[in-house]
Amino acid sequence: MTNPTTGIGAAVERIEDDRLLRGGGRYLDDLELPGLVHAAFVRSEHAHARVLGVDATAARQLSGVAAVFTTDDFPQASRGKRMPQTAPIPALTAAVSTMHALATDEVCFVGEPVAIVVAASRAIAEDAAALVAVSYEVLPAVTDPRRALAADAPRVRAAAPDNRAGRFAAKFGDIEAAFAGAARVIDLEVESHRGGGHSMEGRGAIAAVEAYSGKVTLWTSTQLPHTVRRHLAAHLGLEEPQVRVVAPDVGGGFGPKGIFYAEELALVLAARALGRPVKWVEDRREHFLASVQQRDQAWTLQVAVDPDGAVRGVRARGTNDCGAYLLYGLLLPLTTVVQFPGPYRWGALELELDCVFTNLTPTSPVRGAGRPYANFVIERAMDAVARTLGLDRAAVRARNMIPDDAYPYETGMRTPAGVPIKYDSGSSRACLDRLLEDAGWAGFGERQRAARESGRYIGLGLACYVEDGGIPPFEGATVRVLPSGTVLVRSGAASQGQGHATIFAQIVCEVLGVPLAQVMTEAADTDAIPRGVGTLGSRIAVTAGSSVAKAAEAVRDKAIAFAAAHVGVAAEGLEIVEGAVVVRGAPARRMKLAEIAAFLNGSAGVPIRPGFEPGLEATAFFPVPAPTYSNGSVAVEVEVDAATGAVRVAECWFVHDCGRMLNPLLVEGQLVGGIVHGLGNALLERMVFDREGQPLSTNYGEYLLPGATDVPRFHLRHIETASTRNPLGVKGVGESGTIPTPAAVISAVEDALSVHGAVFDRHPLSPEDVLAATGCLQDPGKAVRPDERRREASTALHPETAR
Amino acid sequence: MKPAPFVYHAPRDRSSAVSLLGSLPNAKVLAGGQSLVPMLNMRYAAPDHVIDLNRVAGLAGVRIDEHAVEIGAMTRQVDLLESSELARRLPLVAAALRHVGHVQTRSRGTIGGSLCHLDPAAELPLVALVSDATLTAAGPRGERSIPAAEWARGFMAPALAPDEILVSIRFDLRGASGYGFHEFARRHGDFAIVAAAVLIELDGERVARARAALGGVGPTALRLGALEAALRGQQASRVGEVIGPALAALEPVADAYYGARYRRHLARVLAERAMRDAIGRAREAPR
Amino acid sequence: MSDAVRIDLTVNGRAMGGAAEPRTHLADFLRQELRLTGTHLGCEHGVCGACTVIVDGRPVRACLLLAVQAAGCEVTTVEGLAALDGPLGDLQAAFRRRHALQCGFCTPGMLMTLAALAAAQPDADEAEVRAALSGNLCRCTGYAPIIAAALDVLEARRASSAT
Repeated sequence: MTNPTTGIGAAVERIEDDRLLRGGGRYLDDLELPGLVHAAFVRSEHAHARVLGVDATAARQLSGVAAVFTTDDFPQASRGKRMPQTAPIPALTAAVSTMHALATDEVCFVGEPVAIVVAASRAIAEDAAALVAVSYEVLPAVTDPRRALAADAPRVRAAAPDNRAGRFAAKFGDIEAAFAGAARVIDLEVESHRGGGHSMEGRGAIAAVEAYSGKVTLWTSTQLPHTVRRHLAAHLGLEEPQVRVVAPDVGGGFGPKGIFYAEELALVLAARALGRPVKWVEDRREHFLASVQQRDQAWTLQVAVDPDGAVRGVRARGTNDCGAYLLYGLLLPLTTVVQFPGPYRWGALELELDCVFTNLTPTSPVRGAGRPYANFVIERAMDAVARTLGLDRAAVRARNMIPDDAYPYETGMRTPAGVPIKYDSGSSRACLDRLLEDAGWAGFGERQRAARESGRYIGLGLACYVEDGGIPPFEGATVRVLPSGTVLVRSGAASQGQGHATIFAQIVCEVLGVPLAQVMTEAADTDAIPRGVGTLGSRIAVTAGSSVAKAAEAVRDKAIAFAAAHVGVAAEGLEIVEGAVVVRGAPARRMKLAEIAAFLNGSAGVPIRPGFEPGLEATAFFPVPAPTYSNGSVAVEVEVDAATGAVRVAECWFVHDCGRMLNPLLVEGQLVGGIVHGLGNALLERMVFDREGQPLSTNYGEYLLPGATDVPRFHLRHIETASTRNPLGVKGVGESGTIPTPAAVISAVEDALSVHGAVFDRHPLSPEDVLAATGCLQDPGKAVRPDERRREASTALHPETAR
Repeated sequence: MKPAPFVYHAPRDRSSAVSLLGSLPNAKVLAGGQSLVPMLNMRYAAPDHVIDLNRVAGLAGVRIDEHAVEIGAMTRQVDLLESSELARRLPLVAAALRHVGHVQTRSRGTIGGSLCHLDPAAELPLVALVSDATLTAAGPRGERSIPAAEWARGFMAPALAPDEILVSIRFDLRGASGYGFHEFARRHGDFAIVAAAVLIELDGERVARARAALGGVGPTALRLGALEAALRGQQASRVGEVIGPALAALEPVADAYYGARYRRHLARVLAERAMRDAIGRAREAPR
Repeated sequence: MSDAVRIDLTVNGRAMGGAAEPRTHLADFLRQELRLTGTHLGCEHGVCGACTVIVDGRPVRACLLLAVQAAGCEVTTVEGLAALDGPLGDLQAAFRRRHALQCGFCTPGMLMTLAALAAAQPDADEAEVRAALSGNLCRCTGYAPIIAAALDVLEARRASSAT
């Protein structure tokens, strides 16, 4: 029954591609509606200020302007009615953590929306926005997360008692005994910086209100249609069926589109007030200012070890920069905490993570979420152990690693709800061993020495990870056979390029034998399926994939039962082949699924066969009991130009296990894309703010994304250890590439410059950081932090002389 | 990110362009648009009038004679790169052009636009400076020649009167120099952090004449007079000794991304690499 | 739009025209006035390349060209790479085979840059392909499959022109 070229496991080309390749994508800004008008936002110019008044008189008078709305125009979104906290948990202790749809008395980050201008075109809306006069009283801003909890630190909000957003603490084992009996205790300070999502398509939405019913439709470039719908309906005081949220084609998500945003709410309120559909398309500058991003986590650790490198215990204290608001709760630092201790068995752990507000852009998960932060801490610690004890870095990891026969494995950590974290299955050791072979780990020292002799610095870095994916609770699917024989799959799963329609079609092909071209998918529309969660946390293959499989199997079973009754043959004597129920051994005796569907769709006057419900369809919401756990190892080879500090990433080996692969071509796409994002985090991407909280990195000349000349050669290898937590045996992979790559790159640069005794425990690494560590700069000392440099000369664009 | 409104003018000849520029308030000249249009889109510039030079006759083209290469200001960077004759006669310019932006930038960008925008790290102003090029401006009072050394008045401020346009750049071909060009940028096509351009003429194994300049270390490209003086008369094999002392007094700018110390270090590294290349090429140059 | 001007040009081989203010860039003119929405906007400041189209034989950023400047020009967009009901062009088919697109947003720009490269430098090697692509950003694929697809097509075209 399995079609090896198009069923589960086949590296089949995507069914989504033809339309996209022809320029037939329908992204948010491609959508037009009759009477559509265009919005632009007036945004705060200050990191922290009181809003004394907003004068839109001149703006409203501009020809082509339909309206200018401020918070006072939307009483139900104004004072006292902030955006909902979408993820409240006990660890989130701050009384205020969200913003208003439009700022009321106070703004808390540069870019916070203050007013919405609606006009005949985006250009005119921007003309009018420039005429809106906002008077501010500038207030002190807190911009350094490490000083945010000091008693004399400025407050992120004037009325806030302090800048604490929350706190996490976790422990297992006997930490005192671990340290008391240690041969060595190693001290480390580790800093990670991540940046923005930077999908090539920014955010965007169109809000329309149906005049007679009051039904609200929001087309929005989102990862979470049902979550947005739930909160929008609640905020507006409407029932969920009165609000429809649809995601069109989405040009990348990566986390920042997994939020219910103030702009979306403001857009709906404006559409209701105007009685016309309103479109807003985020430009790149807005993406830098007001789409959520990630920034700094700083950790101090002590690692207690035995002489052979076994880690007896780790004490770790961290600080997480939350930004001005928590648009998705503390999901980011929470995700960091539950990653510990990754693929390793540590004797004991005591960990605290302070989550603090700053008057900077709000933070929330960006591909990898909090996992890369944790991985960086863990992997730098492992390298430090190796360096301190004079041991091989791979040997230290192997010494501490969970053995492959120890699954299911309880890590000692618990979820915030108190449930012990248990890895379902894994192959960390097998991946590591295979990686070391593939990357030529054993022979690299010799290559490195030979390179040194000809004046070249090459290095090989290593990192291992575990990725929790397939996050609960569920993502549902309906599978229905249409009268034509086409199989319709409806899912809550929103896609931003992952190829969900293809893998769902492969699953349907596997179960019902129909060709891929005969499967159509509708997704990401709250009218099509009643409940859903969203696309984040590498979860859709596990959740929606399993639901598609279950629903398809139910359809198969029903079709066979119906055919059995109809033809008078026992069900065991029937099977599904190529979209038809056939008698085993007598393929000429067959009923096409379309025929069965026709019977079950009914016709006037003809009773449905007794014992059968109408319709050849099934809906399943496969309930995921706990996350799945993928694992892997990555090695990166770099060459460092010791004269300029440039780092060239030459090769990348990645050996991983994401359980059963539904489509290896798509899995490799997720891996390579994720790895390159990780390279960006390691070497290029940095959000720079000045002391007053002004973002300085607001264009692609200053904020650097990896390009085609920056990527290495990739050598990927897959191991498949099925998950025990879903019928398909799949695990998440969407974030795997991003998680361990920064640690491996930094490990490689450190290895390349080990002759200079270079130690790097932070990223991104700039060429200046690299040189500072080699002592090549006149005055080595500490690497200079960006916020200590004055911005004197702009190499960016200057108004007077451009041509 | 849409521009503020402006009136658009597309003159067909030079004198109309000049007279528009002289008579319209708050006007900007549009050449390749690769620097101006982003600024219009971001509203860092909001001129009332945009004077498009792309339809003006006679501003583009390359004329080569025995002694000089004259390049019209509106000549596209891609056309310069594709000219094998230019690569042969002005290899320093060709080398620099390979670092200017990306293929899309060079399809529209012009040599004149880059020279007038005067980004402190830009390649073309740097090579014009080190080559002692001569720039020709045209205004209502006619044409005038401006030596490259006098072209940059300050940070992104060329020596053009408000009613003048740049019409051409002339590179002298006399003297057989070996060239060297090195820049360091984070990614392919990015603005340079620091760039170095060097021209060396040898007399046997001695440096007869040296010209050297840096981009990215100050508000404008910088001629390295001290280095040039130190190189003159030096044995080619010993030039490495003079670079450090000659650049010791360099005080580069710092910004939010790279410090002065790092720029000074890069300047030394790149100047040395460019110098060695220039000497190597000078040795091979036909007499 | 009191100061809108009439702009006539050739797009994908057909005479087309519309009206736009001088401040409207070519990308917005193609998308809104001519309803060719395949060309996308990713940054509007000349770095990401999503808006790349071919104008008079050369790849340009449509967000940095005023629509009025394109009057009388020959423009090719992604919609011009294949007939509406015809087979995919060789670059497009190679992208599909190599999984060189995920969200598809940067893809039209990538295709146009590569179409121009293949015409101008049919012998381009991997380093030249990477350099040509350096003005086009992608956040999904990590570039490797795009480079592979480009090399597939260059090699196939060379092989078929040799026979």
